[in-house]
Amino acid sequence: MSAPASADRSAGPAGSDAQRSTEALLRYVLRLGDTSLVLGQRLGEWVGHAPALEEDLGLANLALDLVGQARLLLGYAGELEGRGRDEDALAFLRDSPEFLNLTLAEQPNGDFANTIVRQFLLDAWQVEIYSALVSSTDTRLGAIAAKALKESRYHHRFSSGWLIRLGDGTDESHRRVQDALDSLWRLTDELFAADEVDEQMAAAGIAPRLSELHARWSAHVDQVLREATLQRPANVKYQWHGKRGVHSEHLGHMLAEMQYLQRTYPGAQW
Amino acid sequence: MSNDWPLFEVFIRSRAGLEHKHVGSVHAADARMAIDHARDVYTRRQEGVSLWVVKSSDITASDPAEADALFEPAKDKVYRHPTFYAIPDEVKNL
Repeated sequence: MSAPASADRSAGPAGSDAQRSTEALLRYVLRLGDTSLVLGQRLGEWVGHAPALEEDLGLANLALDLVGQARLLLGYAGELEGRGRDEDALAFLRDSPEFLNLTLAEQPNGDFANTIVRQFLLDAWQVEIYSALVSSTDTRLGAIAAKALKESRYHHRFSSGWLIRLGDGTDESHRRVQDALDSLWRLTDELFAADEVDEQMAAAGIAPRLSELHARWSAHVDQVLREATLQRPANVKYQWHGKRGVHSEHLGHMLAEMQYLQRTYPGAQW
Repeated sequence: MSNDWPLFEVFIRSRAGLEHKHVGSVHAADARMAIDHARDVYTRRQEGVSLWVVKSSDITASDPAEADALFEPAKDKVYRHPTFYAIPDEVKNL
């Protein structure tokens, strides 16, 4: 597995503890921010294509909330990094291996059922993460989480509502949503797979222990799946690690479209 | 898809203490989805703090053909307007 580029910018063996913990915090904040940004961009692809005008606006609202979260988080990441990169530079001028989003977030929209499953699994995760981060020892992160939590609670209301509707709907909607769940489930392993960054954040009281969140997320997901008459797939060990900068083939294509304007006309503004 | 969904009328309370006002309509499969749709379509710019939705088919409307019979008789009863009273200057909010 190749290390993401931002790891090379760490303080190195000569760096102080403070530098190392800032580097870990930076990576943690980038993971959160990139996950929101990439998921928001994906949802934006629905604009003009959703099954109904009301859903078109609904998905766009979700996308805008997520991009708003990304702005706050990437803005903070830019300050932590201290190299003069702002939220726009981080969003539009980094390449795929520098993105630290969860692999689930970058998966293509597929059909509406696939988008709803991806959204529900991540909404349930974000609600848990942000609920815990509200009491982070990092007050900046706590404030961002407090704002994002309200948004994610609505996102979760939206996606769980649709999941139940589709799962407990017609034969075709049930089949489609179960298929989506079966194909995306393997990517949920990463949501709670703690690495050294997660351990360090938990030890510092900045972020929650992922193992504790996992139980709550899992129980909640089970409850919604039962109501949706869907079968929870078996857990699979999963080899991709978006949060370490190793991505599926889909992210590069998405970034090419997302970053096209800034790459072609550097510094362009409206 | 939205053509198969019934129509709901949307009412928004713009702030606490004010009444709900009709703002438009949305298509939705049921009342819960109608609330989500109303939220997403009509409250994007902080228009309100509370939503009502009601199935359009549950609204009974007056018949336009009966408008004369229903509303004309009120026309010559201007005395029903409270405009024949002198309002003291001290009364501010009337």
